Amino acid sequence: MAEKGKKVNAIGLTRQDYKGKPSTLCLGCGHNAIVGQIIAACHELNIPPESLLKVSGIGCSSKAPTYFMDRSFGFNGLHGRMPSLATGALFGDTSLIGIGVSGDGDTASIGMGQFKHVTRRNLPMLYIVANNGVYGLTKGQFSATAEQGLALKKQGQNRYVPVDIVWEAIAGRASFVARTFSGDPQQLKALIMAGLHHKGIAVIDVISPCVTFNNQDDSFHSYAWGKSHEVALHELSFVPPVRAIKVQYAKGETLEVPLYDGTHIILKKLAQDYEPTDRAKALQMLEDANRKNELITGLIYINPTQSSLFDLYDLPDTALNRLPAEKLRPSPESLDEINKIMY
Amino acid sequence: MGIPVSGKNIFPSNIQGLPTWYKIRVSQSGYGGRRKEADIVVAMNPKTFTEDQDDLVKGGLFLYADDIKDPIDRDDMILVPMPVKDIVKEAKPHRDLRKLIANMVYVGVLANLIGIEIEPIKAALEFHFKGKESPVEFNMMVIDLAYQWADKNLDLEIPYRIEPRDLTENSILVDGNTAAGLGTIYGGMHFVSWYPITPATSLPESMLEYAPKLRVDPETGKSTYAIIQAEDELAAVGMVVGAGWAGLRAMTATSGPGLSLMAEYTSLAYFAEIPIVIWVVQRVGPSTGLPTRTAQGDINLAYYLGQGDTEHIMLIPGNVNECFEFGWKALDLAEKYQTAVLCLSDLDLGKNQWMTKPFEYPETPIERGKIIWEEDLEKIKEEWGRYRDLDGDFIPYRTVPGNTHPKSAYFARGTGHDDFANYSEHPEQWRNNLDRIKNKINSSKADLPEPIITKMRGAKKGIIAFGSPDAAMSEALDYLKADGLKLNYLRLRSLPATDQVLDFIRSHEKVYVIENNRDGQMHAILSLELPEKAQDLISLAMIDGLPLNAEWIREAVLNEENA
Repeated sequence: MAEKGKKVNAIGLTRQDYKGKPSTLCLGCGHNAIVGQIIAACHELNIPPESLLKVSGIGCSSKAPTYFMDRSFGFNGLHGRMPSLATGALFGDTSLIGIGVSGDGDTASIGMGQFKHVTRRNLPMLYIVANNGVYGLTKGQFSATAEQGLALKKQGQNRYVPVDIVWEAIAGRASFVARTFSGDPQQLKALIMAGLHHKGIAVIDVISPCVTFNNQDDSFHSYAWGKSHEVALHELSFVPPVRAIKVQYAKGETLEVPLYDGTHIILKKLAQDYEPTDRAKALQMLEDANRKNELITGLIYINPTQSSLFDLYDLPDTALNRLPAEKLRPSPESLDEINKIMY
Repeated sequence: MGIPVSGKNIFPSNIQGLPTWYKIRVSQSGYGGRRKEADIVVAMNPKTFTEDQDDLVKGGLFLYADDIKDPIDRDDMILVPMPVKDIVKEAKPHRDLRKLIANMVYVGVLANLIGIEIEPIKAALEFHFKGKESPVEFNMMVIDLAYQWADKNLDLEIPYRIEPRDLTENSILVDGNTAAGLGTIYGGMHFVSWYPITPATSLPESMLEYAPKLRVDPETGKSTYAIIQAEDELAAVGMVVGAGWAGLRAMTATSGPGLSLMAEYTSLAYFAEIPIVIWVVQRVGPSTGLPTRTAQGDINLAYYLGQGDTEHIMLIPGNVNECFEFGWKALDLAEKYQTAVLCLSDLDLGKNQWMTKPFEYPETPIERGKIIWEEDLEKIKEEWGRYRDLDGDFIPYRTVPGNTHPKSAYFARGTGHDDFANYSEHPEQWRNNLDRIKNKINSSKADLPEPIITKMRGAKKGIIAFGSPDAAMSEALDYLKADGLKLNYLRLRSLPATDQVLDFIRSHEKVYVIENNRDGQMHAILSLELPEKAQDLISLAMIDGLPLNAEWIREAVLNEENA
């Protein structure tokens, strides 16, 4: 077996080629696990780092893109305003694979407006929310996803009901919505892989504990609570196009979701009989889980054929940012025509 | 008829129902500015009947619908009551058309009284109705009836007469927003994101109208651009910054309130060195202010937009032709200097129709600046870094996403960074970087539109104006010359101020600065540039929602002269 980290993928790259700068997040931070699984997923999927585009807002979560894929273009933008940045940037070359990393403050507080609109427009990108219910960079204030009654050191008790990012994404007509837990690396990786192959926005709400400010055992965003309350909807695996689907499960045990590029998501049924293709049922299921105090994880909603933002524009095959200058300026004759009609 | 004209739509902020005025300036001297009072008033609205009388010069011509029973308050007007309802009735219009067609009555009466030719009126109607025969004919019928009525019933001494001239050969009539939109299209924009706001809306809308006709690649049939209506100005400018970073020529257009929201991303564009263009069609602030009235009140906001030490390249068109020219030029400057370029127009320029010479095709090819691709990276001998000044001209080379060279990528950020775009809090790196950016912006002066200077023999004093008040300036200068005051006139067209501007100020014993705001914002900017001449710079600033007029400029200068 090859030395760890030296394993070469189909395009001749090692894990090392997918790495970024050393993390400056706290030891044990859930976000580091997310970074690790993004690297693993991209390496396994043989994605050239140059074909990825990383974007983020502001916050602990938004620092994460620094820690993966140095060879990808990245932009650490403004607080809550990553979606607009990603929208403009991806128009530059629509063949690029966008990865946005945001946080609960960045998405559900200051960025709620842009979040809802980027889901509505179905911008093709993987949108990861590293959700820990707390502001880390400013040292421990409640975020909009913090549960009512949560007690934090300097803040007292949280007065307000939380925002559910998955609920908001589904209501916002996102075409791929999942929730997972950074303590469940396998599911996290499978969802990242599927999201990277989805044509449209893939929102993954990752419960990602903050070990410094919000990891009390009874906190909804802690490791302990997540581990004891996680209810996986299904066992999820992603099947790249190169690998033929081997039937491992008996008929009726699995649900296969084909994605636009010939890849598949395979969902193996667990306790519940859940099909993630009905928006209303997804919301009902979330509501039920909420009442039962369960952390539902897995692929909660998917529509693999919903038109993406770029389907709505008649763009050329050549990336807009590679169009030669002569394609950009209309002819002198056309200006003569314009001048003639201006009176 | 070959006579220079300009039109101004004076309208309130409403959907429908409040009074609206349309003011037309007709001048064989080519003066296009607003006049304080009107020579001819057509009053069709009882709600403003008294106000409309006040607007007329002594001895002016006052036409009104004779069903308005409000009192006539003045005895120094030439009165023309028009039987609007009777004439309309004669034409037997459909009930729905009665109100609309009434306007044609005064067109016919006026044409008769002051000598407007009928043929050009017909041509205008054909243009308006896009050649549809029946509405043109119907409107013409009412005009004819009104013309005949005036012929039979009016026998007045009219001090005004329209005579054909040969002064508009090769002129076009267009509003500044359309001109700016077209200029942007010819500037090779790839990406526009915007949010509706009065009075900027018609700028992106002009691109929605013209880009599909002008910017479809004949070879592939595909669009070479994308326009997206954002959810707000925060997102509009965010998308534009993302696009500019990704190598697209990107622009947005807004007005004061939207510009306030764009501050944070503009500061990022300045610091992360991302080309973007923002057109600011100014309206009256502070706050929501007067959304449908004109001003030059966002000079300071635009010039220094953003937190920290920021100072942006600013282009200030003074006429609609320049709106077109600066439309394409702004994109070139933004890409060459890798920064935000703000174009400051205003409602008067943007929303009103102005006569101008035809648009001129850009004289220089599209300037993409120092964008480098895979093969360019191979050729660079020194180690490339996104913010490394390899040429000693303060402008680094930039790669854009999609570049597949393994060394092309970098991590853009609004935080402190070194030459390689890595996060850095190093004091010296911070200082060097920010100084380089300042030097870069200053070096752009070599490419900025120089001022237009009009000299008068023997003038020792100067006057500076910029933007739409230029229309009133030539008229004001003629008046002042007649008053015995000679002034050299500099029309400022860009910031930071170039040497020509500073030399002009230095070489005059006194310089007036005319602007349409309260505090003299441009005056303050110029005073900071030349503190040693600050006491010789005199601010003449005024804002009341209306375009500055020549009479006010004249009085303001004379008051100062006689003080």
